[in-house]
Amino acid sequence: MKTPILIQAQNLRMQFDQQIVFQEVSFQIRQGDFFCIVGPNGSGKTTLIRLILGQMQPTAGQITRNLALDQMGYMPQFRNIATDYPLSTQAFIALKLIHNWQPWLTKTEKEQVATALQATRIWDKRKARLGRMSGGEKQRVYLAQAIVNQPQLLILDEPTASLDVHAKFQVMDVVQELNRAQTTVVFISHDPDLLAHYGTQQLDLTGGTK
Amino acid sequence: MWQYEFMQNAWIAATVISILCGIMGVFIVARQLAFLTHTLSEIGFAGASFGVWLGWTPLNGMLLFTVLSALTAGTLDRDKPVKDTLISLISAFFMGLGVLFLAISKAGTAYATNILFGSIVGISHHDVNQIILIAGVEFLVILVLYRRLKFAFFDPLGAQSSLQHGGLISLCFLVMMSLSVSVVSQIVGSLLVFALLTLPAAAAQFWGHSVHALMAWSIIFALLGTWLGLACGYWTNLPVTFFITTIETLIYLISAGLHRYWS
Repeated sequence: MKTPILIQAQNLRMQFDQQIVFQEVSFQIRQGDFFCIVGPNGSGKTTLIRLILGQMQPTAGQITRNLALDQMGYMPQFRNIATDYPLSTQAFIALKLIHNWQPWLTKTEKEQVATALQATRIWDKRKARLGRMSGGEKQRVYLAQAIVNQPQLLILDEPTASLDVHAKFQVMDVVQELNRAQTTVVFISHDPDLLAHYGTQQLDLTGGTK
Repeated sequence: MWQYEFMQNAWIAATVISILCGIMGVFIVARQLAFLTHTLSEIGFAGASFGVWLGWTPLNGMLLFTVLSALTAGTLDRDKPVKDTLISLISAFFMGLGVLFLAISKAGTAYATNILFGSIVGISHHDVNQIILIAGVEFLVILVLYRRLKFAFFDPLGAQSSLQHGGLISLCFLVMMSLSVSVVSQIVGSLLVFALLTLPAAAAQFWGHSVHALMAWSIIFALLGTWLGLACGYWTNLPVTFFITTIETLIYLISAGLHRYWS
């Protein structure tokens, strides 16, 4: 039995001034997919993510979301966290909890932060300063922040780009566990090993889906 | 010293302003806006001089100029950093304008010194009420926007994709920053606003690991500077501003030294 469709795109075209970034792009993302988006630099991978997130409208075509925007978690490609960044891991993750107004975290929100810390295997580092952590640990903290609201769809924009092989697979194993627990994953990467190892569907922006 | 009304006013104003600086400073330092506060304070100098020329209080002139500037500047757009030359141009123009207004108002050099370097012991009961009112409004806005401000200032790239109305939030913050610059100028003067708006919060970064803790440390350091500064000024008859800036600088240097030693 097929799982429900979360995102459906039909004949998307994106154009800035006279330059066509991509065209005739159609795909479906179903619940539980590990959906990879590949393509060279400038092929419009991040632009496509922004369309999925509802931050841009396509020049032509249609994109349908069968889930609310706050049910999507997004981990951006770049973060500028310097070594003197003062917040601890758990304080950084809690930044995304913006739906309540009171300055302190509720009991439920504290549990959400704890769940995200455990799921990304950084519970032991919850009080450490984020600025002092290694590249791989930082990526897992960013991942924890992206999942703290328990999203149905998790979008990762090149999460392993600057990591060594060991750290790369550590991050990806966490993502795979989340995927097995029914979180749908949209994953942008240039890394053929990771795509082959983890991906179940692939959209190549230079042409076609597999 | 408590028997004098001017000292009572000074202590109340210093306490309220220190708490305000402690809170606002944490966001200003997180987003590295120290030089923007400096530019706003120079615009505030022109505003204060304009107020003096029109026969208003300097604070009202300052509020007018700084809030108008914040509204004109719009949002804190991360992708479009303001160029150094533009900041220099704005600062120079408004400082020149301030000198012009003071000259044509024939207010004298004492007035200019008070605006530029502060006159905490010259604060009236009416000024204190106005400072409490402005700070109260800012506390309320920060309370309502607290979680969104935290996200937008401590993780701007993450907030960009998840936080709606980010532009409106940064505009609100700019207006609050201009209000803060105006009231803080009452203590340390427009030239040294950043001593209270950024130094305590910068020192707090060595001690706090959460936004709550950063604010608590920042408020403590700001209060230490203003309370000790006022007492030292009273006992020695030397400028309060000198003591405040010296104490805040020392707190920062000691914090940085201890942090380096322990790590």
